[in-house]
Amino acid sequence: MDLYVEGAPIADRATPDGPIETRWERRQFSAKLVNPANRRKLSVIVVGTGLAGGSAAATLAEAGYRVRSYCYQDSPRRAHSIAAQGGINAAKNYRNDGDSVYRLFYDTVKGGDFRARESNVYRLAQVSANIIDQCVAQGVPFAREYGGLLDNRSFGGTQVSRTFYARGQTGQQLLLGAYQAMERQIAAGTIEMFARHEMLDLVVVDGRARGVVVRDLVTGEVSTDIADAVVLASGGYGNVFFLSTNAKGCNVTATWRAHRKGAYFANPCYTQIHPTCIPESGTHQSKLTLMSESLRNDGRVWVPKVAGDDRAPGDIPESDRDYYLERIYPAFGNLVPRDIASRAAKNVCDEGRGVGPGGLGVYLDFAGALERLGRPAVEEKYGNLFEMYQRITGEDPYRVPMRIYPAVHYTMGGLWVDYDLQSTIPGLFVIGEANFSDHGANRLGASALMQGLADGYFVLPNTINDYLAAGPFGDIAADHPAVASARQAVSERLAALLAVDGDRTVDSFHRELGHVMWEYCGMERTEEGLTKALGLIRGLRDEFWARVKVPGTGAELNQNLEKAGRVADFFELAELMCIDALHRRESCGGHFRAESQTADGEALRHDDEFGYVAAWEHAVERPVLHKETLDFAYVHPSTRSYK
Amino acid sequence: MNLTLRVWRQPSAERPGRMVTYNVNDISPDASFLEMLDVLNEELILAGDEPIAFDHDCREGICGMCGLMINGVAHGPERATTTCQLHMRHFSDGDTIDVEPWRAAAFPVVKDLVVNRGAFDTIIGAGGYITAPTGAAPEAHATPVPKPDADAAFEAATCIGCGACVAACPNGSAMLFTAAKVGHLGLLPQGQPERDARVLDMIDAHDAAGFGGCTNAGECTTVCPKGIPLTLIGRLNGDYRHALR
Repeated sequence: MDLYVEGAPIADRATPDGPIETRWERRQFSAKLVNPANRRKLSVIVVGTGLAGGSAAATLAEAGYRVRSYCYQDSPRRAHSIAAQGGINAAKNYRNDGDSVYRLFYDTVKGGDFRARESNVYRLAQVSANIIDQCVAQGVPFAREYGGLLDNRSFGGTQVSRTFYARGQTGQQLLLGAYQAMERQIAAGTIEMFARHEMLDLVVVDGRARGVVVRDLVTGEVSTDIADAVVLASGGYGNVFFLSTNAKGCNVTATWRAHRKGAYFANPCYTQIHPTCIPESGTHQSKLTLMSESLRNDGRVWVPKVAGDDRAPGDIPESDRDYYLERIYPAFGNLVPRDIASRAAKNVCDEGRGVGPGGLGVYLDFAGALERLGRPAVEEKYGNLFEMYQRITGEDPYRVPMRIYPAVHYTMGGLWVDYDLQSTIPGLFVIGEANFSDHGANRLGASALMQGLADGYFVLPNTINDYLAAGPFGDIAADHPAVASARQAVSERLAALLAVDGDRTVDSFHRELGHVMWEYCGMERTEEGLTKALGLIRGLRDEFWARVKVPGTGAELNQNLEKAGRVADFFELAELMCIDALHRRESCGGHFRAESQTADGEALRHDDEFGYVAAWEHAVERPVLHKETLDFAYVHPSTRSYK
Repeated sequence: MNLTLRVWRQPSAERPGRMVTYNVNDISPDASFLEMLDVLNEELILAGDEPIAFDHDCREGICGMCGLMINGVAHGPERATTTCQLHMRHFSDGDTIDVEPWRAAAFPVVKDLVVNRGAFDTIIGAGGYITAPTGAAPEAHATPVPKPDADAAFEAATCIGCGACVAACPNGSAMLFTAAKVGHLGLLPQGQPERDARVLDMIDAHDAAGFGGCTNAGECTTVCPKGIPLTLIGRLNGDYRHALR
């Protein structure tokens, strides 16, 4: 039996035609406005309080809409955007190094391996400069030079310095800016904040997204909340791999439940494996920690030339070292994009040249930088990253090279949205990592923060009005069949998870699922492996529902019940990821199919056959594939070369 | 490593709690403190017992969600470290370790080791921001900021809002937390217009939330995982005095 059926093509109807440079301006002009007095009558639910959700909630509330915001953490300030380290891109050209909106657009389309929508990416580059202005006005303490102006650094996949940063804590500082703007609105009464609440379903009434079913994580109470529009800013799904750089609570439930209610899920197989993470240390491992890509500005990546060389790094002379990124990619060297750096690390480890426990690691060496710049300069740039490394590994990176290995970090796939960031369900908008829109098959460093804030501060607040202008959409009683049935379904599912009362923990299932995904749907994918994974996932999912043990009750703080619901959704997502990866018989960006590579082992795209977005519709039997053809009128698809 | 844990168990805010003893065996020295608790919880679940509830999320020391009193010290024995970044190599085989929640009047226990730190959000909402609605911002380079000021503002801004300062303070004061935000914003030119109102309103909110006053005990900065310096409280006092004039 075929794994999926193909449905009608899908198209983005919100993008204006004509020159790309003025599309966003023209769309803002054509979008219907809501006058300030009427905004008070319109309510918007925002799920998630990261860079996208936090900035959107604050901005919509400032505009006068009534906003209700949900997060599963104990405070909106904890969303995982906070952990982003390296920086945020913006086409300011403060360095006079030839940067421009067009170059940022070009780099992002190329970096995404020609699998992103040009219009969206161009707009992203256009608003990037406004983000920096906005954040500075809020008091984000970006790094500055002695003259008092903003400092920049370079990141992988680019040859200009356009990355703004706050030491290695850029995400934290940007998120606190959005959080503080939110708290100002919460105090003003324009945002109602529900922390420790988790969205467990979407309420769709007469074809429109009208609300959410949420569980109060402290009392266990399941309730519904009705509004005129729903915005999902619930992040990515990297935790399907169990071990990833995501926070432990990051999950796919909000977007997956919306998918099951009719929102198409686009390109789920596009996952980003980050090259510079701290290697796994044992079976107790609960998550992986990223070391910012900015380290590759000054750190040099190497392994021994010969397999099995187990000398200490300091005892290996220069002549016996292979600085393989500099050797294979002389033009970009250690700053090749993430997908390329990760696969190169995997290749040298597969050759038996990996270092550290299990041979799963490569060196990231700062000896040269320390000699060239001196320790104080290195501390100034990377101090907190070095400390973090030392804390976790017990090794001093000022003395011995760091050991790094790739880990799952970001997911480019997500709910399909049009140019207005609206999903296939009217009234359901999706922003930040939760949508699929801007990064194609591979995201460039420092672009996630840019996209999250672009969506939340500048894009959504200028498109959602076009939808809301037709509202308010009327009151809906709590006993309306669509509302009651959604709430009922959530309660029954929670009860079902508790009722299994088996003999295996949620984590043991999650860990096993993660192994399957890492092995067969990770850095390298094959027809055979993915087919095998599908069987394993289905078997494991059945076992989960027969053997999982969730202690406690639903009417209290029950962290295992929370986890169980998330893992149950990860099983379903994992299956769709493998189907998507199987169907895409090409290599592009983070999706590397071993069957599709050039003679020298680089990714081989098939633009004629696969130059589209794969938007999946949920169906009981088999998912339905809808293709959105990608047109490249400005950046002509070419073989991505960083050599 | 084999360890004995004495852990605070409390089913809910309304019900009383007590210390319960557990043994955990075969813990890797490379495991984090929370991973050690994960191992214990897996065993408890399979044994039919209720696992221990504790807050955590990023597990890389930045989200501020985790926080435990370990042998009476907020975030445990290592300086400048969150609980999630504390590794078992800092303990010895055979140790007995006491694990308790933050204890402060303004942080009521939710369950076991989980507390409610919502009062921190209220303090920020009272004035811990710069009023800069989206779209109103001038060009970023319009106002240069001297590097020393920018660096000092950044140091203050690294506060993760974990609440260790409050838990460590004999008065249950959140003065270091409040001072960090007052300092961060007050050191920047963008923060000047609201500087007086900010410090007055934040201190009012701080007191109303039930946090105690500062008596310069200095425990807060000692346990702070980000090393927020006590001098920021001095700076806050200066701002407060100036604002009252």
